[in-house]
Order: sequence, then structure tokens, then C-alpha cells
Amino acid sequence: MSTITTPPPATKAPIANTLTTGILPKPVPWILLGVCWLIVGAVFGILLAAGVNDSFNIIGAIFFGTVLWVIVNYIVSRSYEGARPAMNRFVTSLVSLAFLVALLPLISLLFTTISNGIPRFDLSFFSGSMRNVVGEGGGALHAIVGTLEITGMATLISVPVGLLTAIYLVEYGRGHLARGITFLVDVMTGIPSIVAGLFAFAFFALILNQPGIRFGFGGAVALSVLMIPVVVRSSEEMLKLVPNELREASYALGVPKWLTIVKVVLPTSIAGITTGVMLAISRVIGETAPLLIIAGFTQSMNYNLFNERMMTLPVFVYTQYANQGIPAEAYIDRAWAGALTLVVIVMLLNLIARIVAKVFSPKLGR
Amino acid sequence: MTTAPAKPEAPRPIRAKQRPGDAIFSASTVVAGSLILVVLAAVAIFLVAQSIPAFTAGSDDLKGGAPNFWAYVGPLVFGTVWAAFLALLIAVPLAIGIALFISHYAPRKLAQGLGYIIDLLAAVPSVVFGLWGITVLAPFVQPFWSTLVDLFGWFPLFAGPVSGTGRTILTVAIVLAVMILPIVTALCREIFLQTPKLHEEAALALGATRWEMIRTAVLPFGRPGIVSASMLGLGRALGETMAVAMVLSPQVLISFALLQSTNPTTIAANIALNFPEAHGVGVNVLIATGLILFVITFAVNFIARAIVNRRKAFSGAN
Repeated sequence: MSTITTPPPATKAPIANTLTTGILPKPVPWILLGVCWLIVGAVFGILLAAGVNDSFNIIGAIFFGTVLWVIVNYIVSRSYEGARPAMNRFVTSLVSLAFLVALLPLISLLFTTISNGIPRFDLSFFSGSMRNVVGEGGGALHAIVGTLEITGMATLISVPVGLLTAIYLVEYGRGHLARGITFLVDVMTGIPSIVAGLFAFAFFALILNQPGIRFGFGGAVALSVLMIPVVVRSSEEMLKLVPNELREASYALGVPKWLTIVKVVLPTSIAGITTGVMLAISRVIGETAPLLIIAGFTQSMNYNLFNERMMTLPVFVYTQYANQGIPAEAYIDRAWAGALTLVVIVMLLNLIARIVAKVFSPKLGR
Repeated sequence: MTTAPAKPEAPRPIRAKQRPGDAIFSASTVVAGSLILVVLAAVAIFLVAQSIPAFTAGSDDLKGGAPNFWAYVGPLVFGTVWAAFLALLIAVPLAIGIALFISHYAPRKLAQGLGYIIDLLAAVPSVVFGLWGITVLAPFVQPFWSTLVDLFGWFPLFAGPVSGTGRTILTVAIVLAVMILPIVTALCREIFLQTPKLHEEAALALGATRWEMIRTAVLPFGRPGIVSASMLGLGRALGETMAVAMVLSPQVLISFALLQSTNPTTIAANIALNFPEAHGVGVNVLIATGLILFVITFAVNFIARAIVNRRKAFSGAN
């Protein structure tokens, strides 16, 4: 027997927008976040009033409030939207938090470097060396000169070698040699900086037969070992971007291959190559370990790359901190001022490199 | 003497004119390329040459009275691998999260700028990280560490007594993690962006949420990339010197405890701390430890790059 089911009474109420039903309205998570912060803030306030804590811990309040929000947001979404969208929201909040967490050390690092470096970031810091300075005063001019000379020398070595290698890999290289070089360049990017320093030391100690050798040029060689693979990599990427039509047009006009490379390919990619070189410089200019080993440290000015120990800025920071004298405050201040100088140099190099890439790169898109 | 009769000249294949400029230029590029192979070989050869005396060194030449070289270097290798492993444990999940955020969550217009910001971390010199670690991070985390020891002291990793300064191997691992974060993030981001758009759209069209799309399309595609990015990060962390040298007070021992004031040091930090005063065979011993570090990082990087390159062959993205 068939039972007759009565059809459900047609609802008169208009159906809400089907695209948004069952989904939390957009502002809800943000409201929840605010509520969570308020709750945790209130708990901290009560603790403060009860005398458990002696000061209001704003970082802790925001941290625990955010953790609470991740959980509350998941529960609310799960009860309203279901398990799958709730999981989606949960992961979204975790992923966004991961990014924010990574920003914290950067901000903290920049803040401490600036606030601790400013006290000694003055004229005498940039106009004098540490010769005959005990305690307060003194400057880092000898270290800045050393850094500029050694990094400049390393650039002079690395750019021709790196650029020619990149040209070989893009324009000429076929077969085993090219593949081997590509692979080993990649492996070479992973050489620890201290090993590069030890290599330069072992090399020059054996060649020049001086078992305790320390000089600036060795530091430049060590930095080149670190810098060449970076230059090769970035130049290679840039040369590959040059459209083949340009090369073919040049060949069709009867231009030899090497002139095509020099007059057509390189000018087209020069902005990108410059950017790559500057980024490579900014990477090696802060290297401490190799220079500590092969360039050594000194308190005096030394303009000669090929003779005697040479101070550099990263090593200056390290030695000021590691070998504190009396008063210790003066040494720590100098270390931070050196660190600030380094960070400023590195950030400027990065900034200029990005601007060069943006402004001077040829517009390839059509 | 007979002369062969001159044959009518066969039409030769057309060849480009050989110009001296071309020959010189291409030769110089080959030389530059080969120079890289030579340098790598030279690194190995000179390190080996300088470290031969160390392998036969007796206890007189070794710091800490180790009976032979291998007993001396053992704890250092342990410390190096242990610190790098801890750093990796912190950095990789974070890096995957950041890479996903930049590649799939952040608004398109912001994404590149956010990438630059993370890259800025890579530009900060390691000595500045060391200063920051010792003056800001160590005092900041010390209360957390003492709470951890109070609550979980029964667990061997968190065994007490807690360090009063916060200068422990876990603090070092955090600093190292921050330092390798940019490279791991950059590589993961590249890999995630290479995910075939059709896979992603297919997943979304079947009704997947964004997370399900990432789980079913992006992560399986990127898994080899994540592995090799982590190994490259591992290579960086193994060789990192100044942060470890500045934050840890040097000890040569094997200990798994994370929060005590005696911690194993790493090869690189040991070299940096002892090299300026070393003399005689002591120099050779330090160079020999450097050689071992070189071998370890070379192996790690070699494997990582091999995975990446094998991946490239069938990725279809290029």
C-alpha cells in the first residue's frame, strides 16, 4: 500500500542568498579577534589588580589572545559552517600567523640595532680608528676602509669570473661540462663561509710558506669563493630572459657571436645583472667568519691589501663584543654602532638593487 | 713522385667564418667556467693537504685532552648536526606556512613585496644576528625556558638545571632557524607557484576548500621541493658560525639537554673561537675539523641539488 506523504508546506519566506547561506559573515572573525584580545586583556588586568604580575604584559596579552582566537574561531566556524570550512579557517589563521611570527624577529632586530647603535653613530665613529684607544671614544674608520677594500677586491674578482661563466652556460655551454658546472655552482652556494676562509688560509699559507699568514687579499679571495656562485646564478637567470629574437636579428645582420653577446645580450640584461651583483655584495659584506680567519684583526688603519692584518666591519663588531675592556659599555656601544653601520649598508644595497631592477630593466612584455 | 690528379672540388658545406674575436671570447668563457671546477677542487685539495698532520696528532696538541683527533671531533660533529637539526625542526613548518601565505593566501599585489620583506632577513649579517641573539633573544626566552624545565623537567630533553642566562642550544636553534628561514621560504614559494593551475582549479571545481585544494594539489606536487629546500636550509645551518659562537659559551661534550648552561658547540663556532690563538699543529687540527664540515655540507647540498634537478626533468613547468 502506498502511503501518501503530504508535501511539506511551501515556505512563503524568501530564500536568502544561496551563495552566502551557511557562511559566517565577513566581519565575524575580526570581531572574534577583538573579543579574544579583550578577554585575555581583562584576565591580565585582573592578575595585575590581584598583584600577581607587577606590570601589564601587552605582548603576552596579544599573544595569548591570538592563540585563543585561533581556537574560538575554529569552534564557532565548526558549529555554524561545518567541519571542512572550519578546518579551512583554522589553516588560514595558522598560515597568516606564521607570516606574522616571521616578521617579529626582523622588526625586533631592526629596532634593537637602531636604538642601541644610535648613541655611538656619530662623527668620531666615522673619522678615527681604534689605535691607542682604551675605553671610550675611538672609531671604526679602519674597519670601514678594510671592508670597502676587501669587498671591492672580491667584487673585482667575482664579477668577471661569474659573468663569463654565466655567459658560457647560457650562450655556449652544451654537454657534460656545462651540466657539471651548473650542478657544482649550485653545490658551491652551500659552502660554509668559514670553510671558504680556511681554504684561503690553507692556500696562501702553503703557497707563500707563511704558516701564520693574515692579509686582506686572502679575505677577498675567500669572499670571492662565496660570491662567484651567487653572481653566476643571478646573471644566468638574467641572460636567459633575453629574447632569442634579438640574437637572431643580430646574427642576420652578420654580427659575430661575441659581438652579439657584448653589444646586444649584455646591454639588454645589464640592469638585472647589476641587481644580482649588488645583492651578492650585500650577502658577502656581512661575512664575519672567513675574515676573522684570514684577514685577522687589528686596531690600526691599514690601506694595503697585500700586507699585514686588516680590520673589517663585521670582525670589528665581533671583537668589540667578544673582547670587552673597561668600561664594557663603551665596547658594546661601539659593537652596536658597527652593527648599525653594517645593516644600513646592506639595506641600502638591497634597496638600490631593487630600484635598479625596477627602473632600468627593459620592458619585454607586449 | 707522383701527384694525385686534382679532383674537381666537391661543394663544401657552408661554414661560418672563424673569427679570432669569437675564439678568444668563447675560450675565455670556458676558462671562467672551468675555474669554478678548479676552485672547488682546490678547496678540497688544500684543506686535505693542511689537515694531514692533524690526523696523527696526539693528546698534547688537542684541546680538552682528547686521545686522538677523532675523539676530539666527535662531540663537535654531534653539536653541529644537533643544532642544525633543531633549527630545521623550527624553521621548516614556519617556512612552509610563510611560503603558502605568500603564494596562495596574500593578495596578489602584496605578494611580491612580502617576499622581499622575508628576503631582507637573509641580508642581515650573521654577526648582527649573534648580537641580537645574545642581548635580546636570550634574556627574552629565559623565563620560558625556566617554566619549561619546571613543568617538563622529567622529560630528558628539558632536564634541569635551567641556564640562568638563556644562552642554551635551543636559543641558538631559534636564531639559526630565523637565519635559514628566508632560503627555505624562497625555495618553497617557487615550488608552490609552479603547481599546475589546472590541478588547483580542478580541486576547487570539485568543491574543495582552499585548504583541501592545497592539501590535494599543492603539497603533493611540492613535496620533493620541500625536502630539498629543507636540506639546503640544513646545509646553511650546519655551516653557520658567528651566531653560535657568540650565543653559546664553548663546551666540547655530547648532551641532548636543550636548556642547560653546558651545551655542545659546533665545528664552525669552535674554529672561529680558537683559530686566532691557534699555532703549530693546532691550526692543522682546526683546518681538519673544517674539512669534515666541508664534507658534511657538501654531501647534504649534493643530495638536495640532485633531488631538485631530478625534479626539474619531469615537472613540466619549464
